[in-house]
Amino acid sequence: MAQTHYDVIIIGAGMSGMAAGIRLAYFDKSVCVLERHYAAGGLNSFYALDGHQFDVGLHAMTNYVRPGTRGAPLTKIFRQLRLTPEDFGLAPQHHSEVRFPGKTLRFNNDFRCFVQDVVDNFPAQADHFVRLVKHIQEYDELDLEAPPRSGRAVVSSFLSDPLLTDMIFCPLMIYGNAQERDMEFGQFVVMFKSIFCEGLGRPREGVRRIITALRRKLREVGGTVRMKCGVQALNAEGTRITSVTLDTGEILTANTILSSAGYVETMRLCGTDHATLAPMEGRLSFVEIISILDQPMKHLGHDATIIFYNTGKEFHYETPKNLVDARSGVICCPDNFLFDKPLPESMIRLTCLANFDGWNALDEPAYLRAKTEWLPKIQQEVLHFIPDFRHHVVYTDFFTPRTIQKWTGHLNGAVYGAPEKLKTGKTPIENLFICGTDQGFLGIVGAMLSGISMANLHVLKRAHAR
Amino acid sequence: MTNDQIKHAVLQIIAVIAPDEDLSHVKSDVALRDQLELDSMDFLDIVMELRKRYGVEVPEGDYGQLASLDSCVIYLAPKLKDK
Ligand SMILES: Cc1cc2nc3c(=O)[nH]c(=O)nc-3n(C[C@H](O)[C@H](O)[C@H](O)COP(=O)(O)OP(=O)(O)OC[C@H]3O[C@@H](n4cnc5c(N)ncnc54)[C@H](O)[C@@H]3O)c2cc1C
Repeated sequence: MAQTHYDVIIIGAGMSGMAAGIRLAYFDKSVCVLERHYAAGGLNSFYALDGHQFDVGLHAMTNYVRPGTRGAPLTKIFRQLRLTPEDFGLAPQHHSEVRFPGKTLRFNNDFRCFVQDVVDNFPAQADHFVRLVKHIQEYDELDLEAPPRSGRAVVSSFLSDPLLTDMIFCPLMIYGNAQERDMEFGQFVVMFKSIFCEGLGRPREGVRRIITALRRKLREVGGTVRMKCGVQALNAEGTRITSVTLDTGEILTANTILSSAGYVETMRLCGTDHATLAPMEGRLSFVEIISILDQPMKHLGHDATIIFYNTGKEFHYETPKNLVDARSGVICCPDNFLFDKPLPESMIRLTCLANFDGWNALDEPAYLRAKTEWLPKIQQEVLHFIPDFRHHVVYTDFFTPRTIQKWTGHLNGAVYGAPEKLKTGKTPIENLFICGTDQGFLGIVGAMLSGISMANLHVLKRAHAR
Repeated sequence: MTNDQIKHAVLQIIAVIAPDEDLSHVKSDVALRDQLELDSMDFLDIVMELRKRYGVEVPEGDYGQLASLDSCVIYLAPKLKDK
């Protein structure tokens, strides 16, 4: 008979769940990772359509550092998971840009270039910016007990030019902020360090390479992964989860449960009523257009890896009133990383903020029509910043917040989960902990770090203390 | 285990945790932290590996005893004498 009791059950085979599973299985815990979908990776999984390979999320991995860089988050991940830099095979970016009307800031994986670029573009802010950088570098963003502070308030106390403030917030918010309009200062520091101070990289094979490495390691250390195995309910007695019911009706038990499904999503599995939880739901989501091209963008004269753009006077990071807000977004050219050989297929990815409720309310014909309407609008908007690529498009996939909710279970397709994070991972239930998106470390690297730290804190250290 | 075997065992563990560190010049009487880039996550791992490999328990209050190779020997010798 199949095993029904585990030391730890992990909900979700995304980046955080797999990383937590590796830690625990390596140290001889019996671990079962339960995943509802048929593929691993969660918000950063992969798929194929008509013979073309797509990554759901991956534009770039943040926190890129050269192999062996001491003390860096990526180095910590390799150490903790007993992996090597070759397992991920990251190639660095060429360079990226933040483009606002009349101003461009460039950055690459050498932080000094960014500082210089800010100083050149905003000479009157030079001293302020240098002081802000010092404050950021000295800030301990990993303090799980630190009270939340408004990032905009802190940054504006250093910088007096709102344009520079907006230009710094734009990439950091789009790549890792669950809050509308403002961003918690600790989270701002995490993202500032991971994007500007460290940098961006990508495996040539895309996110498959990362997922393959994690799955192989998890298998090697003896963890069990069960795909197409959704958790339907967490059954509590008093303040403990005593058993787990799967979609199939099968029942499993575990001493500890780690969930990467999201806080609200997880508490719903425990039977907490929807009305209590609703105010905590995340809302920020995106549409993503991935186009396969007949040649790389650099042949058209475009060599930037990523452009974070904004066409309005101010940068608005909030749920759009319309289906999409194309005034700001991301243009990512995966060909423009420094790979040793070209990608099998050239592509371009466009990302804009989107409104889940709007997309979700449409019936099927209207949903398809809305995509057909928004595709040229978004393309038109990004042509302010890049050469016209439209004649080179051979295939396009367009996904919406509705797609994200369907495949990852994150309510409202909220890519960064709930606006309030549970840094310690603790829930009202004593043997249930949150890891990943709603614990608060975001992105691929963040999610892995979250899985690692929650596994350490709530299972390995405790077992040890006994 | 002899004292040298204990040092060797600890170094082997560090080599697994931090393969990017050069361990050829580690001095026995100097704190590991002063010679290598090891953070609290890494120290937890040294303790966890000792348990995984040798069944040795190091309670959290005793982590400080693992500061240098020499102090590891003093602290671990009685626990590892029959291993
Ligand atoms: C379009 C897009 C672009 C992105 N771009 C980037 C990028 O360029 N760089 C970057 O670093 N990050 C990017 N991200 C963010 C990154 O993908 C996520 O932050 C990260 O993958 C989150 O991992 P996680 O483990 O916390 O959560 P998830 O990946 O959401 O994992 C949770 C898993 O739990 C499963 N699950 C949920 N409920 C249940 C249940 N009841 N039973 C069983 N299983 C369940 C889900 O299917 C899912 O697999 C992007 C995300 C998106 C959507």
